Amino acid sequence: MNRLGVRLSLERGELTLDVAFELGERGVTTLSGPSGSGKTTLLRCIAGLERPRDGLITCGEETWFDPVGGIELPTHRRAIGYVTQEAHLFPHLSVRGNLEYGARRAGSRAGAADPERLAADLGITPLLAKRVEHLSGGERQRVAIGRALLGRPQLLLLDEPVSALDEAGTAEVLETLERVLSALSIPCLYVSHDLREASRLADRMIWLQGGRVAADGGAREVMSDPRLPFAQAEDAGSVIDGRVESVDSGLGLARVSFAGGELWIASGANTSPGRSVRVRMRARDVSLALRRPEAISVLNVLEGRVVDVADAQGSPSQALVRVDVGGCLLLSRVTRRSVAELGLAPGLRVWALAKSAAIVR
Amino acid sequence: MDLMPFWLSLRLASTTTLVLLVLGTPLAWWLARTRSAARPLVEALVTLPLVLPPTVLGFYLLLLLGPRGPLSPLLQLLDLRLVFSFTGLVIGSVIFSAPFVVNPLKDAFEAIPRGQLEMAATLGAAPLDRFRSVALPLAASGFVTASVLGFAHTLGEFGVVLMIGGNIPGETQVLSIAIYDRVEQLDYHAAQLYSLVLVAFSFAVLVALHWSRRSRALVRS
Repeated sequence: MNRLGVRLSLERGELTLDVAFELGERGVTTLSGPSGSGKTTLLRCIAGLERPRDGLITCGEETWFDPVGGIELPTHRRAIGYVTQEAHLFPHLSVRGNLEYGARRAGSRAGAADPERLAADLGITPLLAKRVEHLSGGERQRVAIGRALLGRPQLLLLDEPVSALDEAGTAEVLETLERVLSALSIPCLYVSHDLREASRLADRMIWLQGGRVAADGGAREVMSDPRLPFAQAEDAGSVIDGRVESVDSGLGLARVSFAGGELWIASGANTSPGRSVRVRMRARDVSLALRRPEAISVLNVLEGRVVDVADAQGSPSQALVRVDVGGCLLLSRVTRRSVAELGLAPGLRVWALAKSAAIVR
Repeated sequence: MDLMPFWLSLRLASTTTLVLLVLGTPLAWWLARTRSAARPLVEALVTLPLVLPPTVLGFYLLLLLGPRGPLSPLLQLLDLRLVFSFTGLVIGSVIFSAPFVVNPLKDAFEAIPRGQLEMAATLGAAPLDRFRSVALPLAASGFVTASVLGFAHTLGEFGVVLMIGGNIPGETQVLSIAIYDRVEQLDYHAAQLYSLVLVAFSFAVLVALHWSRRSRALVRS
């Protein structure tokens, strides 16, 4: 019922935006791309804060923008939640006043928004009576997220919500977002230029370049696609969604099962048995072997097939190899010399050796 | 001591301030947000009384509102006499004090981050609602400044009042005119008292203004 349909074009100075995509009824879609690729402008157009030249924006049964039909719903009548880099909390209201601002204006719109519970989820209950100028950056953003959600939106728009925060603030807000977004029953469009941030939150990823959608797909596929900047980045990696099977607290390890087999990862607060987790393996921590290695310190040895081999941009000696492990895509960064010596080519059976893997969610 | 000029001045200043707040708020809001080409023109018009000698303004008002002025048929129809009347004084004062009210309001509105108002819109607030629930509270200090300056400036005006109001006790003889009148009559004692009242009052108002600004700044820091 909340499907969002976006098709729009716009010219502004250097930028020519020309995009079309649909968002499903729920799930987090990250929107990334080089600066100047039109990410923020796109979000502002969807929010009705800027006007595209042409296009069609629909949300569920509602038409928000349709120049042909002469429809341009003003921002305040679009059921959105919007969070930007700056929290833009209202300084004349308390934290509670800020939270209630959107809730009071949501009218009869349906949606789950129990203020007390949401405040608890966001960890801002102790702040409710405070004035906003006394909040830390991370606290401000958590309040801003709460304020947006209490307006009972049918679509959540987040524009780099952690990029203005320090490291501690970023960790705090990302952790909160993970918890809150995964429980959300509305679609969420999340602008982020940070790889790790995107890999933690995304169900789907859109890569915007020069005002156009250059890539659009499931987070795991897009992240490991060597043609895209995600895989080319220095700390690029692939993500695997799995489940914690057991924990060996004596060794400090947890066993995670996924479609392609099993992984051992360091146990921690997030590794209670039965929990769904997202594990990230950096490409440079994954080596490849043609035969199953024995007597080796590496814990995670996974059998798979090479999908493709691509040059690593910016480092002429290296290549990126994608390996299909039981339907999951693993990214490995190896030297081009190894590619030649091992004869790595699509279809070849290999063993991927992951030196380390970390839970990101 | 005749207290009439004192009360008249207070009445004129408060009426003028009130009228200016009502008319000046939408004007200042428009000036702060418009990209219209007419903006510099309107700004210049509002600021004009700041540089013009008050007598020039009073003179034109006298011509405009007088019995032989272009508006006289209309005024006669409505049975209104504006020159040498309290209503005429209010009209003159509103024009004369406009920059002192409109400019602080405009500055206060301009200082509101655009993002605050956009955020209010995304939270479902319609334009008028945004103005009331975000712009007004955030511009509160601007309203205090505008009221104090508009009031104090009207209290001290002389030229405009003399030109269109004359010197009618109980109708147009405000404090500043009364001082002039007493000096003309060589009643320095009365002039002294009136002047002292004006100095003390203006000083007190300005101290209150700066004190309130300082305490607000302290609260914030």
